[in-house]
Amino acid sequence: MVNTDETGPTWGTWVNMSDIAIELRGIDKSFGLVHANRNINLTVRKGTIHGIIGENGAGKSTLMSILYGFYQADSGDIVVDGNVVTIKDPNAAIAHGIGMVHQHFMLVENFTVLENVMLGAEDSQILNTSISKARVELKRLEKEYALEVNPDALIEELPVGLQQRVEILKALYRKADILILDEPTGVLTPAEADHLFRILGQLKDQGKTIIFITHKLREIMAITDEVSVMRRGEMVATRKTNETSVEELAELMVGRRVLLRVDKGEANPGDVKLSVENLTVRDGRGVTMVDNVSFNLRAGEILGIAGVAGNGQSELLEAISGIRKAVSGSVLLNGKPIDVTGHADPRDLRDRGLAHVPEDRHHVGLVLKFEEAENGILGYHHDKRYLNGVFLNTKAIQADAEEKIKKYDIRPPNPRLKTANFSGGNQQKIVLAREMERGPDVLIIGQPTRGVDVGAIEFIHKRIIEMRDQGKAVLLVSVELDEIRALSDRIIVMFAGRVVGERDPDATEGELGLLMAGVEGRKEAAE
Amino acid sequence: MSNPYAKLPAWAEYGLIPLINLVVAFLVAGLVVLLVGENPLKAAYHMINGAFGRGEYIGFTLYYATTFIFTGLSVAVAFHAGLFNIGSEGQAYIGGIGVALACLWLDKTMPWFIVFPVAIIGSAAFGALWAFLPGWLQAKRGSHIVITTIMFNFIASSIMVYLLTKVMKPLGSMATQTRTFEAGGQLPKLDWLLGIFGLNVGNAPFNVSFLLALFAAFAVWVLIWRTRFGFEMRTMGHSPSAARYAGISETRITIIVMMISGGLAGLMALNPIMGEQFRMQLDFVQGAGFVGIAVALMGRSHPAGIIPAAILFGMLYQGGAEIAFEMPSISRDMIVIIQGLVILFAGALENMFRPAIGRAFAAIGSRSSAAAQTRGA
Repeated sequence: MVNTDETGPTWGTWVNMSDIAIELRGIDKSFGLVHANRNINLTVRKGTIHGIIGENGAGKSTLMSILYGFYQADSGDIVVDGNVVTIKDPNAAIAHGIGMVHQHFMLVENFTVLENVMLGAEDSQILNTSISKARVELKRLEKEYALEVNPDALIEELPVGLQQRVEILKALYRKADILILDEPTGVLTPAEADHLFRILGQLKDQGKTIIFITHKLREIMAITDEVSVMRRGEMVATRKTNETSVEELAELMVGRRVLLRVDKGEANPGDVKLSVENLTVRDGRGVTMVDNVSFNLRAGEILGIAGVAGNGQSELLEAISGIRKAVSGSVLLNGKPIDVTGHADPRDLRDRGLAHVPEDRHHVGLVLKFEEAENGILGYHHDKRYLNGVFLNTKAIQADAEEKIKKYDIRPPNPRLKTANFSGGNQQKIVLAREMERGPDVLIIGQPTRGVDVGAIEFIHKRIIEMRDQGKAVLLVSVELDEIRALSDRIIVMFAGRVVGERDPDATEGELGLLMAGVEGRKEAAE
Repeated sequence: MSNPYAKLPAWAEYGLIPLINLVVAFLVAGLVVLLVGENPLKAAYHMINGAFGRGEYIGFTLYYATTFIFTGLSVAVAFHAGLFNIGSEGQAYIGGIGVALACLWLDKTMPWFIVFPVAIIGSAAFGALWAFLPGWLQAKRGSHIVITTIMFNFIASSIMVYLLTKVMKPLGSMATQTRTFEAGGQLPKLDWLLGIFGLNVGNAPFNVSFLLALFAAFAVWVLIWRTRFGFEMRTMGHSPSAARYAGISETRITIIVMMISGGLAGLMALNPIMGEQFRMQLDFVQGAGFVGIAVALMGRSHPAGIIPAAILFGMLYQGGAEIAFEMPSISRDMIVIIQGLVILFAGALENMFRPAIGRAFAAIGSRSSAAAQTRGA
């Protein structure tokens, strides 16, 4: 166990009061029986980047929502610039100079940059006057903070990185001195993330204060001055970033020592188990999401598909697993074709040895309202061992669930508990247990550790390597480049629906990052 | 954080909240009675007494409840698959054809216990057929079931007018009804059942279809929670995307569930036709299909909740009629208002008091905080 600091008060004694941008004193918030924030003390100094790190459900978002006026604290004070303030809604937060860039952007897609920036902050009933005023102000901001963006571009035509820049401009336009960024790099390529970090550095130099929320330790180390760690609704420690280490922070977050590196031996690839050829998939609107994709997956290897979210990885997985119809192309499973353009039946594919851990466990991989044991048979409910004729064999289902709970250390160990009441990591373990324990030939996994706590990540990665070592073919899709690099034996990169390159896992992050951004890919395709 | 209000204990979830909703509904109804210038306490007395005061009253209450159990189950089954069947009314109406045909065919030659099973099959088959069409249209053509089942209620109504004025009416009769069935088409009353409790059923048409309703409730429970098909339909009801992932055919489930739902609605026709009237009359369903929606909502789509909810609505029907009789300034329409309030508070505003109750529990819980801590985050 780690020593936990008395953060707030002691912190305040050696910091000059006028240096403090925001101070939270004894913030407490409960939702029904869930105690989301417990007596939180936090001091953020002016002109610094202050990281807040913690696992999912640690209470980071709740705390920031209180600061931004979405929720009201049950007790405790918010001090801005030395004055105790009440922040009853986001407008009040903005009035106190607090701006927020949300994880999911709050932009009107079919408005221009300018219209989005001034939306809700128009200073006249007559739109034209507002627009011309806003244009001048926006130009000034762009120049001051080096945040170039075409004010007349439509949001939907901008790449994600620029959309995020618009969100930052929105906050600055409203004269925010304190910027809260909630998991800002989740949707960015590594290059875009680096660019964002540079922007944040500039903002800091201009005297802005930045609160940076993330669950990625590397980002904390890269850009913050100070970091506060949350665990189970409590603020467990605050450190100066240059006086701490990734290992210490991870330990503080989880509450025990964690292994961050994945140990794995050499791959031992065998026969081709899954062969995808010229697969093309369109979405509901007819937009081509997967464009002529081909690859082979062998037994005993992990093939990682890297790419920024939304570049066709999801549709690729859905087409292979029979959930979404492909337009053209072919897929062979164990040498026999899957009818991907016609009536591929997920049930039939399961019988043929294909297991699928879907990206979205909340809506696809699990039925959250089901009991744990019921989710344990989802998709395999035709199996005779779970049935007595047409009736469910509840005893067998229960026993099966208990076995998996033990083997995968699913907590709480209660097969009758509603799945929604498990944590993200344990929900993911329920899906993994179901799909892995079948001993499939081919396992396709989307985002194995999205929204999963650090402790469970370690376990999940180990299990995936174990599957490989048992000679299974594993297709891994993840937007976490670190994860892809740590687990994969080969990496292919998808951009705009196409495979733009294949690399070894020891390829540098920069190299993969360029591919993910489509830069290298265009060159390669042209050659 | 997806569900900010933590789970309540089961007894509060299924007992306390419905009870509070009901009490509030009756309080508001009491206000309405007060506005009309009558004494709400007196009205409440007439309601309770009219529904449970005598063996005969209880018989009537349970007779209505029988009808509502069938239609409530019909709505609930579809609901578990995520389908909102508004057409129980029409399906029950068409189901009546099955009952009438069985009785007209066999009532003179066979005893009731032979005719009854035939009528059960007939009513379920006709009801299922009437639900099959909207089910098929949604599964294959994407026509929304809420719209089509409403339409099919009107079509059913017109078909029955045609049948009862042109086809199934005895020659020379001016009444829009079939001929009266002989002994074989008449279900025996459950006077012995009330007799056990020392009650006399009197004129109340409380008949064996009540037992069929209880059996149907049990069968529906088994279907939903203990069969593979029930597992599949619940999966689809909670998450169509998870159903697709699990290889569950939406088309197949939609059509079969609608037919089961329609079949249950069709069974409702047995109660008034073979149990009370001994003939099929125009409009014999009298809105029971729609009451079924309220019953299913109140009963949380669980058979164990639907039975008490159906009895509650039986009480409102029977006791309400008694109020209208005893208190002339309260018309039958007032009873509809009271029923509407019950539906409003128990169904539509089901979650209104939940946050407050959740907070109350949290306050109690934090005192014994050791238990709450393990639940944290």
